[in-house]
Amino acid sequence: MSIPFSYTLRNLAARKLTTLLTAGGMALVVFVFATVLMLEEGLRKTLVETGSPDNVVITRRSAGTEVQSQVDRDQAAIVENQPEVAFGVSGTRLASKETIVLISLSKRGSEKASNVLIRGVGQKGIELRPQVRISEGRMFRPGSTEIIAGKSVAERYTGAGVGETIRFGQREWTVVGIMDAGKTGFDSEIWGDVDQLMQAFRRPVYSSVVLKLTDAAAFSEFKTRVENDPRLTVEAKRESVFYAEQSKVLANFIRYLGMILSIIFSVGAIIGAMITMYASVANRTTEIGTLRALGFRRNNILSAFLVEALMLGAAGGIIGLILASFMQLLTISTMNWQSFSELAFSFTLNAEIIFKSFGFALIMGFAGGFLPAAKASRLAIVDALRAA
Amino acid sequence: MHFLKLILRNTLRHKLRTGLTVLGLVVAILAFGLLRTVVDAWYAGAEGASSTRLVTRNSISLVFPLPINYQERIRRISGVTGISHASWFGGVYVTEKNFFPQFAVDAKTYFELYPEYLISPGDMKAFRTDRKGCVIGRKLATTYGFKVGDTIPLRGTIYPGAWSFTVRAIYDGAEAGTDTSQFFFHWDYLNETMKKAAARRTDWVGVYVIQIADPDRAAEISTEVDAMFKNSLAETLTETEKAFQLGFVSMTEAIVVAIRIVSFVVIFIILAVMANTMAMTARERITEYATLKALGFGPRFLTGLIYGESLAISLAGALIGIALTFPVADQFSKEMGTLFPVFGVSLDTVYMQVAAAVAVGVVAAVLPAIRVARVPIVEGLRSIG
Repeated sequence: MSIPFSYTLRNLAARKLTTLLTAGGMALVVFVFATVLMLEEGLRKTLVETGSPDNVVITRRSAGTEVQSQVDRDQAAIVENQPEVAFGVSGTRLASKETIVLISLSKRGSEKASNVLIRGVGQKGIELRPQVRISEGRMFRPGSTEIIAGKSVAERYTGAGVGETIRFGQREWTVVGIMDAGKTGFDSEIWGDVDQLMQAFRRPVYSSVVLKLTDAAAFSEFKTRVENDPRLTVEAKRESVFYAEQSKVLANFIRYLGMILSIIFSVGAIIGAMITMYASVANRTTEIGTLRALGFRRNNILSAFLVEALMLGAAGGIIGLILASFMQLLTISTMNWQSFSELAFSFTLNAEIIFKSFGFALIMGFAGGFLPAAKASRLAIVDALRAA
Repeated sequence: MHFLKLILRNTLRHKLRTGLTVLGLVVAILAFGLLRTVVDAWYAGAEGASSTRLVTRNSISLVFPLPINYQERIRRISGVTGISHASWFGGVYVTEKNFFPQFAVDAKTYFELYPEYLISPGDMKAFRTDRKGCVIGRKLATTYGFKVGDTIPLRGTIYPGAWSFTVRAIYDGAEAGTDTSQFFFHWDYLNETMKKAAARRTDWVGVYVIQIADPDRAAEISTEVDAMFKNSLAETLTETEKAFQLGFVSMTEAIVVAIRIVSFVVIFIILAVMANTMAMTARERITEYATLKALGFGPRFLTGLIYGESLAISLAGALIGIALTFPVADQFSKEMGTLFPVFGVSLDTVYMQVAAAVAVGVVAAVLPAIRVARVPIVEGLRSIG
């Protein structure tokens, strides 16, 4: 027969301040741990959902990002007319020749400037991205100095709201619509007509070509042909892969920094649990002796104290997760080092993160409680009963 | 004297508990110090900026270049004592992981504007006469084991192709805060190669670096430069070197803020641990404290005992933690290589660590001290652990 669970709970309730402080320390560690996972998940979700698996991005070989890439007009035309490229309803190819530049805009409320990505898109640009829809205003008219801004750009930058104007490339550009791209990377972009933008920036070349294949399975064949064509100096990637690579450095940075911090911080919390559990054992030496004399075995004592430590961990885990779940309300924006432009993303909580964080809390409780529990179980009955 | 002795004895009564608490404090103070140092490293570029240097870039954004003919026009502005230019190259050394900044610079003038990059005259001459030569920083050289005479291959991302450069000089920093992880080579070489490969990309530079005689005229000269190129195809934006560097920091501000917040979270974690230790200690000794009260010692003496013990533990932890911060930061800096060009523990960081430890020591003792001061003698004597 094992020691009743209520015995453990009563012990925790008897020293409220100690229990609260120990669980509180663990809660903070769990909070940091969960927040980092949520941030990484948010970043992943934003960039992975930006790309569709059946779209292909063509950039100059070894350019890595669209900003650094240049694709000549004749090369773009060759790529666009490959047999694998799908046709749209109007009978033209489903491909968008795009130009990507960064402009420096200042944030609303402060004069701090950051780089915002401007994408000049072709006629098919929006059709190729079904996740983008106009939530306010209208689409820009081709051939005009009209632009549409992503939701998070419109909120954060001066001049990017509907009806406002932004000046760059010696022209005034009017924002005529807001695009809601469902929290993908396009929310952090500004779109305009590709020919107008190339004129304004005096760019004779495109940055990239985005196209849709008739059959996603034909990708490898398409890639081999395009990359081996002697007339072309381009590289083809699935759009989903392309965007996942864009976030690699930032995602790794967040992951490593977060994991190192969580581990270091957990040392503190484990020590806290150890102190509490050692005290708990020391105070109850006579009690442990009595329990043993009543017939409870060593492993009953061991598990009773371990359960007590795990309960502390669980309490910490629950409090930490509740705190972390409030972080979902926040959106964070920072420069993505690889594309050199600002990217907005939010903290995303999912079942896996809840599971992992709670597991982490229990591990901390176990690590803190194991040594004291082992000490308790090893006490000799006579010595324990004799202890003052 | 007896008072201090009593505190010391009390501290050492539960050796395991005190030891664990000190260990926790060491970890927390160490982590706190390292995180503050990471934040400092973020601002290192701005800290090392000179007030007599201005940076002129394309007003659209940094990715747009400026024509080379601006150099002579800016030079003629009164108050400008020197001008040079630099262009971001963005090459990859073997793999993307080996990141270090590379700039194509005007070999004749660039190093005159940066006296903090120390190069021997002989090496300087060797660099200037070798068109495919490069100058690299000491930290970069040690990280990858480059020596003078070595060839460094780079794969161009902005300027396509396979490039190779010969190390002609290694520069040292004049101060601890000087960035010695950079790579400089001849802009002339870049420009001539582009002439053959992509003619329309020739005669452009990334940014101009302007030296001015009087830092007080920085704003005035900046405005004059920008006014000169207003309504041209490449409008400019001129700011002090410090503002230019801070612009980079503000783009990644969210990360800096997050690290700052997290550095305080660790202090709160350890505060919870420390407060717990003190609460347990006071609870266990309530009978003793009641006895001392019965003997005539006032609440002041008793709270003094508790605060003294708490501070003794927290300061012991802080001392070890601070002592460990320096070697750990050194090691971290070596591991990170050129990712953090300047990584040193500042005096401010040490003060912050001490302040954090004192705060933890004091706050942890508040509740137990109040309790002990208030407890009636009879109740204290009667209490059982």
